[in-house]
Amino acid sequence: MQRSKLGLDFEKVGHAKEVSKRIADDVQKFVDNYSTVAVERTLCRLLGIDGVDSNEVPLPNVVVDAIKDKGVLSEGVMFFIGNAILETGMNPQQIAEKIAEGELEITTLPIRPMEEIQNAIQPFVDENINKIRERKAKRDNYLDTIGEGPKPYLYVIVATGNIYEDVVQAEAAARQGADIIAVIRTTGQSLLDYVPYGATTEGFGGTVATQENFRIMRTALDKVGEEEGRYIRLCNYCSGLCMPEIAAMGALEGLDVMLNDALYGILFRDINMQRTIVDQYFSRLLNGFAGVIINTGEDNYLTTADAFDEAHTVLASDFINEQLALVAGLPEEQMGLGHAFEMTPDLENGFLYELAQAQMIREIFPKAPLKYMPPTKFMTGNIFKGNVQDALFNQISIWTGQGIQLLGMLTEAIHTPFMSDRYLSIENAKYIFSNMKSIGDEMEFKEGGIIRKRAAKVLDDATELVENIEKEGLFTALEKGIFADIKRPKDGGKGLDGVVEKGSNYFNPFIEILHKK
Amino acid sequence: MSGGLYSTDSNDFDKTLDLTKIKPYGDTMNDGKTQVSFTLPVKKGEEAIEAAKQMMKKMGFENPQVVMVQELMEGFTFFNCYGNCTHTVDFTGIHVPKVESTTMDMHETDEFVKENIGRPIRVVGASTGTDAHTVGIDAIMNMKGFAGHYGLERYEMMEALNMGSQVPNEEFIAKAIEMEADVLLVSQTVTQKDVHIKNLTELVELLEAEGLREKVILICGGPRISHELAKELGYDAGFGMNKYADDVASYAAQELSRRLNG
Repeated sequence: MQRSKLGLDFEKVGHAKEVSKRIADDVQKFVDNYSTVAVERTLCRLLGIDGVDSNEVPLPNVVVDAIKDKGVLSEGVMFFIGNAILETGMNPQQIAEKIAEGELEITTLPIRPMEEIQNAIQPFVDENINKIRERKAKRDNYLDTIGEGPKPYLYVIVATGNIYEDVVQAEAAARQGADIIAVIRTTGQSLLDYVPYGATTEGFGGTVATQENFRIMRTALDKVGEEEGRYIRLCNYCSGLCMPEIAAMGALEGLDVMLNDALYGILFRDINMQRTIVDQYFSRLLNGFAGVIINTGEDNYLTTADAFDEAHTVLASDFINEQLALVAGLPEEQMGLGHAFEMTPDLENGFLYELAQAQMIREIFPKAPLKYMPPTKFMTGNIFKGNVQDALFNQISIWTGQGIQLLGMLTEAIHTPFMSDRYLSIENAKYIFSNMKSIGDEMEFKEGGIIRKRAAKVLDDATELVENIEKEGLFTALEKGIFADIKRPKDGGKGLDGVVEKGSNYFNPFIEILHKK
Repeated sequence: MSGGLYSTDSNDFDKTLDLTKIKPYGDTMNDGKTQVSFTLPVKKGEEAIEAAKQMMKKMGFENPQVVMVQELMEGFTFFNCYGNCTHTVDFTGIHVPKVESTTMDMHETDEFVKENIGRPIRVVGASTGTDAHTVGIDAIMNMKGFAGHYGLERYEMMEALNMGSQVPNEEFIAKAIEMEADVLLVSQTVTQKDVHIKNLTELVELLEAEGLREKVILICGGPRISHELAKELGYDAGFGMNKYADDVASYAAQELSRRLNG
C-alpha cells in the first residue's frame, strides 16, 4: 500500500476503482456488438486507403458510404474489401478508387468463403500494423538517444490556422523549452463526419487536422528536437465524429499525445453517446498500441459547473475514464487523465483546495501522466493578474508532480497566443519548476487540516457518485445530467445514424492484434 | 538602456489637466508615459533595439526606452518598451452609444416584468454558427450565472432556453418561432478573421427574410462585441466584457415594456 501525504483511504480508492470497472465492463458489453461509420473508415485507412475523389470526398468515406447505402454496413468493410481483393485482384486503394469512379460495386460481387476473405486481407493488415510499429520504434529510439524534458512536460498550443505558420510558432516554442506542441483544431472540425485531406492554410481558431498536416508538423518537430537534443511531442485531437480515424492517422504519422474523451464529446459537442463510446474504444486500442498518451477532458466540466462544488465529478469521471482505457488495453503510463485549476480567485483558501485536489488525483492515479489544466474561466484580459494566476497553477503542479502541464497564457480570453505570450508562459513555468523543484518531497499535510479534509470529502463524494452511476448505467446517468450539469439523451445528438450492429460476417482483425500488442 | 530613470529633465511640460487634450498618465499629469510590448521579426542585437526605438517613435512616443530584449527564436526578438506619448485626445468631444436601460437586480427585474408585462419573457439563446464556446451564453443564461450574477434561467419571470453551442442560424430561428420568443440572445466568442461578423449579419438577414426581425428583441454579446458594433450590424443591443445577466435582463425587460406599452 502506498503512503499518502493526505491520509487518503486507499481501500476506498480501490473500491471506487472496482465500481468503475463494473461501469466500464457494462459499457463494453454494448460496444462489443456495434460498429460505426467512423470505425469502418478507420479500417479503410488501416488497409492503406487514402486520398480523395474528384469532389474532394475522402476515399474512406466513399467506400463506407457505398456499403452503407446498400444497407449492409453491418457486415463491415473488411468483409467486402477482402472479398473484392479476391474477386478483382486489386489492392484496397485500387478498389477504393474504382468505387469512387463508379466502376465497382463491391456489395454485389460473388461472395468467397470467409477463411479466404480473411487470408486475402491479412497482408494489408500486417503491412499497416508494421508501419505503426516502426513509427513507435522511431519515437522510442529518439527517447533513448536524444531524450526528453523533465516532467511536468510543458505543453503549449499553436493555433494560427495555417500549418506552415504553425510550424514557425511550434519551432519557437520548442526552442524556448516546450515539450509538447498541441495544434489546436479549427472550430467545428469535431462535428465533421470526414477528415479533410492535404496541407491546409485556412482555419478558424485553429488548424485543420489532416494527415498531411500531421506529417508536416512531425517532420519539423523531429528536426528541432534533434537540434535541441530533446524529443518534442506532438499533440492533436482524437475526438469528435472522426475519433478513431484521427487515432489511426496519428498512429501512422507519429503523434505522441491525443485528446481522446467520449464523455467530452457527449457533453460539450452534443455527439451521440452510443456513437462516440464505440468510436472511443477503437481509438483507444490504436492509441494504446501506438504508445500515444491520451488526454481526457474532465477539466472542461469545471468551465460550466462550479469547480468547488463539482470537484468530485472530475474525480468520478477520471475513475471511469481510467477503466474505459484499461478495457481497451491502454496502459496507465499513457493515461493523461485531466483535471483543472479552475476555482474562482475570489475563493478564500482556494489555493489550498486546488492543492488538495491535485495531490489527491496524483495519489489515486500514481502511474498516469496527469494532464493539469490552467485557469481559463477566470482569466479576464487583466494579463498581469493572469500571469499570477498561472504562476499559482504552476506551483501546484510542481508541488504535486503532475505529468503534463498545459501552460496558461496571460492573454487567455483575448486572442490565440502571440509568440511572445508563449515565451512568457514557458519562462514562468521553468522559473517555478526549478525554484520549487523539491517542495513536494519536503511538505506533508497537517492531520485534520483543510487540505486533508478537502481531499477526503472529494473522494467520498466521487465514490458515492460512481456507486450511483453503476446502479443506473453510464448512459442513463448521462441522460440525467450527472456531469457538468449537462443532460444528453441516449438517442439524441450528432452521429447516431452512423452506428450499426455487427452482422454475422463482421470481422475486425485489428482488435485482437492491437490488444495483444 | 538610456538614462531617464531618475532624470529631472524633460518634465517642464504643463501639469494641469485639460480634458480637451488628455494624455496617458504614468505618475505625473501629462507625462504621457506608456508601456508597450511587441515582437519584431529580426535577430537580436543593437540593430534590433534601434529598430524597436524607431518603431516607438513612429507610434508617437518620445524618449523611447527599450527595457527588455528577449530573442524568442532566431529571427524574432521581443521588446518591452516605455515612451512618452505625444498624441492627445479631446475627452469632451466623445460620444459612445450605450444601451439605454437602468440595470436592476434579479428581483427588481422580476417585479418589473410582473408589473409591466404581466407574463414571463421568453428568451432563446445560443452560441451560433461554428462557434463551439458556451462560456458566454452560459454566463448569461445558466441558473448559476457568473461572478455572483444569477443567469436568466433563475429568473422567475424569464422563460429561458439555452441551446448551447454550434447552433446553425436556421435552427436558432426555428426554435425562436416555436417558442414565440420575445428575445433572441446570440453569443460569439471566436472572432478570428471576423467570423463573428459574418455569422451575426447572416442571422439578421435570415430574420428579415422571415419577417421576424421587428418582432423580436435581438441581442448579441461576446468579449469583442460592443453596443456600437451591434447597432451597426442591425441588432437592438450588444453586450461586451464585464456585462452580466442583470444588464441583459434589465435591458430586455425595459425594451419589451417600451414596445408593448409605448
